[in-house]
Amino acid sequence: MLKITELQAKVGEKQILKGLSLEVKAGEVHAIMGPNGSGKSTLSYVLAGRDGYQITSGRVEYDGKDLLALSPEERAREGVFLAFQYPVEIPGVTNKYFLKAAYNALRKHRGEPEMDAGAFLRFVKEKAKSVEMDPAFLNRSVNEGFSGGEKKRNEILQMAVLEPRLALLDETDSGLDIDALKIVAQGINKLRDPRRAVVLVTHYQRLLDYIVPDFVHVLSGGRIVKSGGKELAFQLEKEGYGWIDAEKTAA
Amino acid sequence: MANQDVKDLAGKEYKYGFSSDVEADQIPKGLSEDVVRLISAKKNEPAFMLDWRLKAYRHWLAMKEPTWAAVHYPKIDYNGIIYYSAPKPKKKLASMDEVDPEVRATFEKLGIPLEEQKMLSNVAVDAVFDSVSVATTFKKTLAEAGVVFCSFSEAVREHPALIEKHLGSVVPYTDNFFAALNSAVFSDGSFCYIPKGVKCPMELSTYFRINAKDTGQFERTLIVADEGAQVSYLEGCTAPMRDENQLHAAVVELVAMGDASIKYSTIQNWYPGDKNGKGGIYNFVTKRGKCAGPRAKISWTQVETGSSITWKYPSCILLGDESVGEFYSVALANHYQQADTGTKMIHIGKNTKSTIVSKGISAGHGQNAYRGQVKIAKSAVGARNHSQCDSLLLGDKCGAHTFPNLEAHNTSSTVEHEASTSKIGEDQLFYLRQRGLSAEDAVGMIVNGFCKQVFNELPLEFAVEAHKLMNISLEGSVG
Repeated sequence: MLKITELQAKVGEKQILKGLSLEVKAGEVHAIMGPNGSGKSTLSYVLAGRDGYQITSGRVEYDGKDLLALSPEERAREGVFLAFQYPVEIPGVTNKYFLKAAYNALRKHRGEPEMDAGAFLRFVKEKAKSVEMDPAFLNRSVNEGFSGGEKKRNEILQMAVLEPRLALLDETDSGLDIDALKIVAQGINKLRDPRRAVVLVTHYQRLLDYIVPDFVHVLSGGRIVKSGGKELAFQLEKEGYGWIDAEKTAA
Repeated sequence: MANQDVKDLAGKEYKYGFSSDVEADQIPKGLSEDVVRLISAKKNEPAFMLDWRLKAYRHWLAMKEPTWAAVHYPKIDYNGIIYYSAPKPKKKLASMDEVDPEVRATFEKLGIPLEEQKMLSNVAVDAVFDSVSVATTFKKTLAEAGVVFCSFSEAVREHPALIEKHLGSVVPYTDNFFAALNSAVFSDGSFCYIPKGVKCPMELSTYFRINAKDTGQFERTLIVADEGAQVSYLEGCTAPMRDENQLHAAVVELVAMGDASIKYSTIQNWYPGDKNGKGGIYNFVTKRGKCAGPRAKISWTQVETGSSITWKYPSCILLGDESVGEFYSVALANHYQQADTGTKMIHIGKNTKSTIVSKGISAGHGQNAYRGQVKIAKSAVGARNHSQCDSLLLGDKCGAHTFPNLEAHNTSSTVEHEASTSKIGEDQLFYLRQRGLSAEDAVGMIVNGFCKQVFNELPLEFAVEAHKLMNISLEGSVG
């Protein structure tokens, strides 16, 4: 579904990704771990199409298409969803209005009729319940005045509504208490499906107690330096990232 | 690009830009005492009206065009304007069916049906085409409630005492250059009187359309709400796309007696000129309301998306004790539009209260200024004002300016002013686009969110219209 080949990207003059390769198949959950500054967030933003990142070489195929040639909204409509590390506030725009516009943009792209306000409200209330979110949040402005945990939960609600084929979660576990973490993990697990893929970008292993990945990759210095199964995450948790650098140096 | 392509493109952005082929009764270009007399004669006005017009004209001759606003435009040739243009035939209309079909088609095209049975919403409409009012709907229903709602010309004929009493009582002809000009040459407009204790049974609305070339539109609106009366009034305006600038200098006067309330909403969508700043309406308007008695309330809500230049300051004179003035404004300046708008709140009565919420949006090369005055007289013991001015910038070639002027002449009053300026964040745009919205839809959503506090003040059906209008007016502001 997603095939990243020798991807290099820089911000300004600074090279961040230095030949990253990764293949993700439908139905799989991949965790990408790595120390601060290793390029984790850059990878999420590049895949979602944020401005300010210059791709200097490499390719990204998504469902056989050249992902990097698509605008951010085209990627979203094709089923790429990014759960933001720092969700953005949109004052004066209610959550439900925003969600309806996004949902209908996707339906329109798929050639389906738009859903009317009444039907959408029933649909979104059901989704809110599934991520244990008070429906009152639907009438509040997008992320405005939300706590850190509420913002993250709102990301998961959006994901539940938009039902992406490829979900990228950028440090979704950061700043969450244990209860919120469980709810967020539950939301992600519900989305696991043979037709979907999930890429979790995380610094810590603790999210992986609740979402068991099929593959774990270590990102360091702008490339994947080690890949393995879920046991790799435990090793990282126990021993930190130091041994990887040591291994690299030795090699 | 071929000329026609450019026109087609511009046409997409301003959908009211067509002109109608209507035979018009026009007087020659130019302004003189004879022209003032001719306008008065064409309208069969009583002597007091002609006197008033002439006094205004003579006063205007001695005045200078104001230059203090933060707007720039070439000198206006006041002799290059046609001061009176009316669709023919000019015979008195007995019913809606007698309105010129072409004029009626124009209003249909604008989404303003004049046939009462077709009116879906509970709104009575007075339609002003160029210089004259062509139709007023729902007259009978209103008359049963004792409400007078008619064209200004008709009011001068049918209710001369009310006109003589209130005309110029809030905006005297000496007030300013454009108000004086309007007083001399105004040709029509709307008049509305709500008797004591009556709550007007429906929304009242006037729809202004400039059609003829080289004409100026000088309408005058007077609304009087007698003691305890209530009314909600809305005006809308559009004009064809033309390469030359056209002058629109209107005057609106509101009088609210004790315990009366007037809510006045404007959706101003005059032709704003093209992408390069060619053409468009000069919207130089004087609007003022007087809370004449205790506990009177006047509330102005305006959504200003059109005109190449907007110069207007809907104001409140809070004379009655405990009277209330409100001003809610959204002003958009896109491409080369310039807006200098705001309000004046003059507190005279005790415990008077005013609220100002101004939202300015600048895009393209647009320049947007908020200019406001809050004046608390010595007599206005316990007065309170709260002002909030927010500016939103799209792009880096536009400008936002704020000129607040606060004066408090006693020690028991409270005056608060808050101001903010922000840019649409790249992070906000990316967030919305990542959820599948196009860049234009994303900008529209952010801007409409920014305006929400003001749109909430509009009557419901017009809030929806304002929302759509904002999206259309923002087209071409991204990328």
